[in-house]
Amino acid sequence: MSSAPTIPPQFEIVDQPLDTQMTISMGPQHPSTHGVLRLELVLDGEMVVKTTPDIGYLHTGMEKLFEYKKYQQGIVITDRMDYLNPLGNNLAYVMAGEKLLGLEIPERAQTIRVLMCELQRIASHLVWLGTHALDIGAMTVFFYCFREREKILNLIEAASGGRLTPSYFRIGGLMMDLPAGFENRCKQFLDGFPPSLQEFHTLLSGNKIFQRRTQGIGLISAEEAIDWGLSGPCLRGSGVDLDIRRANPYTGYEKYDFEVPTEPDGDVWSRYMVRMREMKESHKISVQALSRLRPGPVKADAPKVVLPDREAMKSHMDALIHHFLIVAEGFDVPAGEVYFPIEASKGELGVYMKSDGGPKPSRVHFRGPSFVNLSALPVMAEGEMVADVVAIIGSLDIVLGEIDR
Amino acid sequence: MENSEQATPTSESLEATAPPFLAALQREHPEWIAEVISAFGETTIVVPREHIVPACQFLKTSPETQFNFLSDICGADRGVEEEPRFEVNYHLFSTTKHHRVRLKVVLNEDDVHVDTVTTVWKTANWHERETFDLFGVVFDGHPDLRRILLPDDWQGHALRKDFPLRGYEPYSLK
Repeated sequence: MSSAPTIPPQFEIVDQPLDTQMTISMGPQHPSTHGVLRLELVLDGEMVVKTTPDIGYLHTGMEKLFEYKKYQQGIVITDRMDYLNPLGNNLAYVMAGEKLLGLEIPERAQTIRVLMCELQRIASHLVWLGTHALDIGAMTVFFYCFREREKILNLIEAASGGRLTPSYFRIGGLMMDLPAGFENRCKQFLDGFPPSLQEFHTLLSGNKIFQRRTQGIGLISAEEAIDWGLSGPCLRGSGVDLDIRRANPYTGYEKYDFEVPTEPDGDVWSRYMVRMREMKESHKISVQALSRLRPGPVKADAPKVVLPDREAMKSHMDALIHHFLIVAEGFDVPAGEVYFPIEASKGELGVYMKSDGGPKPSRVHFRGPSFVNLSALPVMAEGEMVADVVAIIGSLDIVLGEIDR
Repeated sequence: MENSEQATPTSESLEATAPPFLAALQREHPEWIAEVISAFGETTIVVPREHIVPACQFLKTSPETQFNFLSDICGADRGVEEEPRFEVNYHLFSTTKHHRVRLKVVLNEDDVHVDTVTTVWKTANWHERETFDLFGVVFDGHPDLRRILLPDDWQGHALRKDFPLRGYEPYSLK
């Protein structure tokens, strides 16, 4: 007969349970871990002694898949990484490709990219706000946030045909121009957004319970935040004034007038306030971008890379040949490597793209902001209560699709 | 790398276009630079494997460079036939000067070891675990070098070029 199964030391029954540390597993099905994140918590009573995040449950080998797909086919993979900010992922990927190809993007396409990315940033922050408040116990906010987000998703659907997986940006420009009537619908939404933002503030910012649950929780100093590679609102919540839209401007962000909100305290409340203020700035940028829309081409003048118009394809032989070659064989990208960082809704989203020539990349790597921000969770959670871990995870705004890739 | 843009610039043209951090590194520690590649508006410094930790430490702390932020570490496989086969790319950023640089370490397949930079930036921890998981690059001195995305008992390293894209055997925990 086989011997009795051995019990790991942390699960042994002890006489005085309150005197010992306890190891519990939080997740992967825990609703407040925003996906499939598992935390191994070592607890002393209700105090967290050690946190070990366990990730990889959603790993689907996307970076491997890029190497087997042509450049234009890779765009749809990026949608599925950070599925709350797919346009940001599209942008980082296509701009890395454009950097390798040395393409000039027309003014109108750049403006539309800025507009759509800022709308997407608001949508992403709204999901964060709704679920973060839900985790802490405020249910109502969720419905208000998703009501507003729905309007943005409708706009994105009108432009691209997809709500969560738009794949709207292409290497060399956009999939297509905005549809008729889009500007009016967008203006309608933008006019109605500031009162909604005020509603969220009324629901949460003055709420004493919410303040007590977030202020002074999950502290991280500016030096430590930089050392741990935090970026985006998590870094600005520690008082570091860093925004890649300002530091290394791309797609024309240097021409827009906006502030970079920072909060000095480095706690959950600071990160909350940074994102709330950021939505206001994104709204400001969107209004500017909408007012700057001028008629013009939305695709670069690069017939070997950019698909021709349907009309041209049906009437011009060379356009037909280019269309056939791009679809059937793809386009060759010069050998080399680039790293293209953008300010996604969650922080620095960097795409490392390496080409050996030919229609498929040799390596594509995504530096996901969620991946890096989550790695700092043990520092923030140390010494906090178990219930506060939930608040801290919410304040990091992680998306597991991007972490596991 | 036959592309004319890719070619290493001559010393004269380098001095004209070299970013200040590169000049500082060249002045202080020329032996840490194996090659400098300027392409697509980015600077890549190929660093000999044994010098990567002091080079990172210097770039982080020197007042002219101030690369205090490690954006990313990622591996790359040049191909099964290539020698050296593996690359480790370090993407550095400065939160004060806002400039970027890429450090590159190339590794032979039979000796995929490089020293860890977790002593320089704590954020290197998960990046190095990911590179170990997917490429099998061993970071010597890493405090917790385990697989991170794939299960602990996974066989092989998924992003190597000789690892298949598809398989038909179901994964089981045995």
